[in-house]
Amino acid sequence: MFAIILNISAVLIVLSSLIGLYRVVKGPSNPDRVITLDMIGVNLISLVAVITLILNTTAFLEVILLLSILSFIGTVSFSKFITKGVVIERKRD
Amino acid sequence: MKLNDIVIQTTTKFVLFIILAFSIFIFFNGHHHPGGGFIGGLMTSAAITLLLLAFDFETVKRILPIDFKILTASGMLIATLTGMGGLVFGGPFLSHTFGYVHLPFFGEVELATALLFDLGVYFVVVGSALTIIEMIGGDQ
Repeated sequence: MFAIILNISAVLIVLSSLIGLYRVVKGPSNPDRVITLDMIGVNLISLVAVITLILNTTAFLEVILLLSILSFIGTVSFSKFITKGVVIERKRD
Repeated sequence: MKLNDIVIQTTTKFVLFIILAFSIFIFFNGHHHPGGGFIGGLMTSAAITLLLLAFDFETVKRILPIDFKILTASGMLIATLTGMGGLVFGGPFLSHTFGYVHLPFFGEVELATALLFDLGVYFVVVGSALTIIEMIGGDQ
């Protein structure tokens, strides 16, 4: 029973990532694309967690930390690019 | 328009040390498990990139007064000299060995000479990634 629920949730996470991919390609404005890329990152993290439960191993726990750090830095840099126009400033006044 | 950036700066002061601790963990994890010098170096450059995003270039240059090109060259030198160490003891190039030593507080620990080679790879990855970022990422 628990294995069936895990498989269904993995399929649903993949489907929601595909719908998000449509929004990344089609999205009318840039903030839509940034929010959807962040959502795809969270979906990847939860997919790795579900696969960890299915395979009953602890080998992928570093992947979760790594993906969350990279997704955080990506979202922060995209937001700064949208609001300020530059990513890394030479001198902040 | 003056933007309020106190949230990102306060968050960076905490998250930076979490990312650096994770990079050191994944650097030492890489002998028997996933990890190693390459991905540890990428995590350290991600932490310094977060510092560059939250503050500006001059501040990061003041608190980290390192020339990253020299860091790349010294890492390459460490990796090459570690490879030469195999030739000194009569083995082929890049051959490595390991041994078990007893450290206080850690107990029985396996030490391998591949860790020194990994340290060179770590320096090369941090230096080259941050050189690329500061060349193409900065505004004029």
